[in-house]
Amino acid sequence: MLNPISTAFKKAKQENRPALLTYTVAGDSTKKQSLEILKSIAKNADILEVGVPHNTPVADGSQIQTSAYRAIKNGIKTKSIFQIVKEFKKFNKDKPVILMGYYNMIFQYGEKKFLNKCETSGVNGLIVVDLPWPENKDFAKKCKKKSIFFIQLLSPTTTNKRLNKIIKNSHQMSYFISMLSTTGGKLKVTPKEILKNYQKIKRINPKKDIVIGFGITEKTIGKLKSADGVVVGSAICKEITRSLKSRQNPVTNVGKLIAKLKNKIK
Amino acid sequence: MKLKKKIPVIDQGNKLGFWGGKFGGNFVPETLKKPIEDLESLFNKLKEDKNFIIERDKYFKNWVGSPTRFIKLVNLTSYIGGAQIWSKVVSDANGGAHKIYNATVHCLLAKRSGKKIICGDTGAGYAGKMLSMAAKKFGLKCKIFMGAKDIKRQQPNVRAIKKNGAEVIPVYSGSQTLVDAVSECMRYWVANCDTTAMCVGSTVGPAIFVRICGWSTSQISRELKAQLISEFGSIPKKLKLYNCVGGGSSSFGFWNEFMDYNKKQCEFIGVEAGGPKKSKKHAAPLTYGSKIGILHGAAQYVNQNSEGQIEETESISAGLDYPGISPLHCFLKDTKRARYTAASDEEALNAYKLVTKYEKLRPSLEPCHAFSVAIKESKKFSKDTIVVVNSCGDAYKDRGILQKRLGKKYAKSN
Repeated sequence: MLNPISTAFKKAKQENRPALLTYTVAGDSTKKQSLEILKSIAKNADILEVGVPHNTPVADGSQIQTSAYRAIKNGIKTKSIFQIVKEFKKFNKDKPVILMGYYNMIFQYGEKKFLNKCETSGVNGLIVVDLPWPENKDFAKKCKKKSIFFIQLLSPTTTNKRLNKIIKNSHQMSYFISMLSTTGGKLKVTPKEILKNYQKIKRINPKKDIVIGFGITEKTIGKLKSADGVVVGSAICKEITRSLKSRQNPVTNVGKLIAKLKNKIK
Repeated sequence: MKLKKKIPVIDQGNKLGFWGGKFGGNFVPETLKKPIEDLESLFNKLKEDKNFIIERDKYFKNWVGSPTRFIKLVNLTSYIGGAQIWSKVVSDANGGAHKIYNATVHCLLAKRSGKKIICGDTGAGYAGKMLSMAAKKFGLKCKIFMGAKDIKRQQPNVRAIKKNGAEVIPVYSGSQTLVDAVSECMRYWVANCDTTAMCVGSTVGPAIFVRICGWSTSQISRELKAQLISEFGSIPKKLKLYNCVGGGSSSFGFWNEFMDYNKKQCEFIGVEAGGPKKSKKHAAPLTYGSKIGILHGAAQYVNQNSEGQIEETESISAGLDYPGISPLHCFLKDTKRARYTAASDEEALNAYKLVTKYEKLRPSLEPCHAFSVAIKESKKFSKDTIVVVNSCGDAYKDRGILQKRLGKKYAKSN
């Protein structure tokens, strides 16, 4: 059976647009609300990244940190993250879900147990921010056995030699970090430049799906349309924070934001 | 797990940077892979380069001030009435603490790599102060990340950092202490690694930073070895080296040159911060059996909950207030080369009172943890036992805390 992630890319290609990937933090601001947010996002997003919050995130900017600390403060546990995914899959079984987080959360839960839980709750892919190649070789293999994509990260600092090796060892999808930044940074390079780097990666193996993330907002998303997929994360976390502050409903507000983003890439 | 002889401990990691196959490593975002590789090859080349060693030694000698004193604490020894208590007064070094060695080396490396800016973390403020001094000396722009709580409690060092022209960036996330400062500094490096060098303030972080720091602070034991031989004619038959352990940079440097000696001859005792007596929080992952986890790019024993969230620590000494511990110390613990224990806030304060009462020495609260255990154990040792405590910091930075906890009398210099 095809991984739903691949199906999502195919569908987007047929519609002549990039896949829209969203990132929200599990348990932000509560377990229940984060599930409702996922349901509301799912109407317009193609692939859902669900963040596993960690309290010493070395690659996240302030927006995602705020969401992660909020979720932890409100008591989110790794166990409940799987419940969220499971509940969501009952609601929409074909929508691919990717868990994204830091290795210590997996390590403490136990790699094997974590992957088993991923399988039974319906997780389709994993991004582990601080488990780069080649350190991730063994873990990536274990993921593959469970038909879970291990998604490699690529950055503007990744050397050509490394790019070739990583792509060769990668599963169907990889994630290109647009610029030197933590998540949610202001775009400090032009979309043209990002796409130039992106094309370089695509040329290594055009069949692999490569998405672009970090610093993408309503303003910039339209200019990156030619990618296989675009990820929006911090902008969504920011919207959740804003909604909570102004006592509005984050569920409907985030839903609206995703609809707008989708319009920009149609 | 085995400690090898004749190979420097910093070079005993495997291909992926793991000591003993499981401590350390490089758990870093992809963006940092290249800058870390670059730093690794630069360091591996330079540490074998005679000219570089000459340059380093020149700065250590003329600018840092080498050697720092090795003195007998005569009055304290006769008061305790057991082992001979000596101190290696590393706080003699320029700036007042051992952090100057690592800072100097990182600035030398940054210069060689053509970087114009250097960023660093700090807890007690010493790493930040020294990095700002070295950056100024070598003409680099400097940014120091410091937890907001530490900024409040270590004002003298904050002022010094600013005076050296460095920018102090307060960190408000999490517990607002060292752990958050290191995270924020790493995040800054992720976003600016094309123009900026990073100095991790202790033997923590991705493997290369552990190695560079350990290599730099080893100056302490190089000096001590020569001083012991000149004082006693040879390395004493019963030598005990006490050092406080936070991240672990001063203790590793204090022990490194004695690594190959039998531990019955040269025993290493690391003293972690036990925190306030009545508190459950501490900064002593080795003493209290914390589980292995990943923090700041390295696998290590670290205070964390069952989920893997890093736990807040508590200690009177900002310099030891860190939930993790150098992979080097995890390795030394599991190979049983070093012994680790903890002292509470109160015990450190009592040691401060005792040391300053009998000696013209004002160790900061960090080494007071080591003094506390050294004093306690010295009572039981024979007179031919040589106890050496690394007085790796000066109490000037702690005078606010000392005044509050012990009264005005103790805040003044003696």
